[in-house]
Amino acid sequence: MLTRALGRTPYYVVAGGLAVIFLFPLVWNAWASVSGQPGTAQESGHGLGNYRTLLDYDAGLWRYLLNSTVVSALTVALTLGVSLLGGYAFARFDFPGKNLLFLLTLAILMVPYATLLIPLYVLLGRLHLQNSLVGLSLVLAMFQLPFATFMMRISFEAVPRELEESALVDGCGTAGALRRVLLPAVRPGLITVGLFAFLAAWNDFIAPLILISDSEKAPLPLAVANLRQQSMGAVDYGATEAGVVVLAVPCLLLFLLLQRHYIRGFMSGALKG
Amino acid sequence: MQVKAAARTAPPHRSPPERRIRPRRTPARRWTWTSRKAQGLAYAAPTAVFVTVFFVLPLLLVGQMSLSDWPLLTGDRGVNAPENYADAADSTLFWPAVRFTLLYTLLVTAVLLALALLLALLVQEFRPGAGFFRTVYFLPSALGLASASLLFWGLYSPTTGPLSGILESLGLVDDPVSFLGTSTSALLSTVFLIVWKFAGFYMLILLVGLQRIPHEVFEAARMDGASRGQIFRSITLPLLRPSLALCLLLCVTGSLLAFDQFFILTKGGPDNSTVTVVQLIYREAFQRLNLGTAAALSIIVLVVLLLLNVLQFRGLRRADES
Repeated sequence: MLTRALGRTPYYVVAGGLAVIFLFPLVWNAWASVSGQPGTAQESGHGLGNYRTLLDYDAGLWRYLLNSTVVSALTVALTLGVSLLGGYAFARFDFPGKNLLFLLTLAILMVPYATLLIPLYVLLGRLHLQNSLVGLSLVLAMFQLPFATFMMRISFEAVPRELEESALVDGCGTAGALRRVLLPAVRPGLITVGLFAFLAAWNDFIAPLILISDSEKAPLPLAVANLRQQSMGAVDYGATEAGVVVLAVPCLLLFLLLQRHYIRGFMSGALKG
Repeated sequence: MQVKAAARTAPPHRSPPERRIRPRRTPARRWTWTSRKAQGLAYAAPTAVFVTVFFVLPLLLVGQMSLSDWPLLTGDRGVNAPENYADAADSTLFWPAVRFTLLYTLLVTAVLLALALLLALLVQEFRPGAGFFRTVYFLPSALGLASASLLFWGLYSPTTGPLSGILESLGLVDDPVSFLGTSTSALLSTVFLIVWKFAGFYMLILLVGLQRIPHEVFEAARMDGASRGQIFRSITLPLLRPSLALCLLLCVTGSLLAFDQFFILTKGGPDNSTVTVVQLIYREAFQRLNLGTAAALSIIVLVVLLLLNVLQFRGLRRADES
């Protein structure tokens, strides 16, 4: 409608101009990360000096990448496992407390992050999971549950009951039916949930800021944010920009690869008003 | 283990044809029914454990903490009600933080929703390039908020950032701009970052809403001779209301809880002029080591947000009915 109101050329001027504004910060950051800045490892010219600073910063880039990878993988695995079983239960079974549990799961969305993180900090301390990547993953997976459970419930409900029942008639248990028949059918839902969980875990800042006190165990976003204050209060913009590139590339690649699934997640009613 | 055994023996009794043949409640069927319940419970058990341990328990704990003296390290944990709440409201930064958070929320919501709607209308119809624009507008949403904030922190930098130079060469400003230096420019710079980061995300929600409007509605209006402005005002906007309401809900809630962007870009400065409520909670808990007061603050935020969400949900439902 708007496209018809604007003619062909004005449309491309408006849309293209906006596209430039949206792309500019990303392109600039990538460029700046290989550009020279006085007082940094990349004094002048272009090269990977800023990335070398990042490589050697504190516990080292590889350590932080490993931490982030471990946290993201654990969060994705936990989210997928719990929401797969939970979604199956909510879509196909009747059990006492079903509605209450579903409501409680959705209620996680209603409670501010900060309100939960303070008691979680105390609670994880009591469970001896404070300052641990496992504890962090458990918390991050919990924050993913409302969306993941909802998404998996819809996915299971979209599978015709007959499919599962024929498997049960053929002598499968419900676990067998889940593994052999339902799992392939809900795979698109699982991909969407996994992608969301990965992006959330990879990018999260406030949970590690509060729950992780040891810089050896910091995930990448926390490490890059800390890196800014490197070298006696002097700011290393170059290394920070390199850090942003390292943080952003996996997200952008994953999104471009799985774009269809991401958008299908929206379309399938996960965000029904 | 019992559940597993039941699962293996139960299935033949549960198939629909069998039910049709033997509609009476035989003992075997009732037993199957209970095992089905048990299986449902078993599949839901991980969710239940997660929700109980990491959500319900912490909620109860934060309630208890808000009523007790709770230093970060060990120490006296006596009852301290209602001092925590009084302390929270007494903090010199409390009302400024509330005011600032509300102002920020208002600004972000207005700009973000207007731009997201424009973007959605731009990429809605098929045209060569529309898919490309859709991807480009969405790209920043794939970034994390902390990464985006760090990116803009460099972009706004007076020494290495390019923005000041660009504005100067365009003749818009005469002197180098200090984007994060004054309270107004720091606020506007943060709003710009957030709009850049989230516009594509809200565009996608609105796009789904737009695609749910049947094409015939537009065609009928066009046949009746409605102008484009009229169609937008009396058809697109009203039919898009549920999606707009959802965006509003997400945007308001997200902005009221703003933290990462200010923590990274401004650290609350200059002169504490950009301290948000969540930052205040963070400071109280982890810098002033006063978990009790921080818990009280969190409870206040929780209650306000719950009330707000209830109000907005009502609006949502009304929008759905109309």
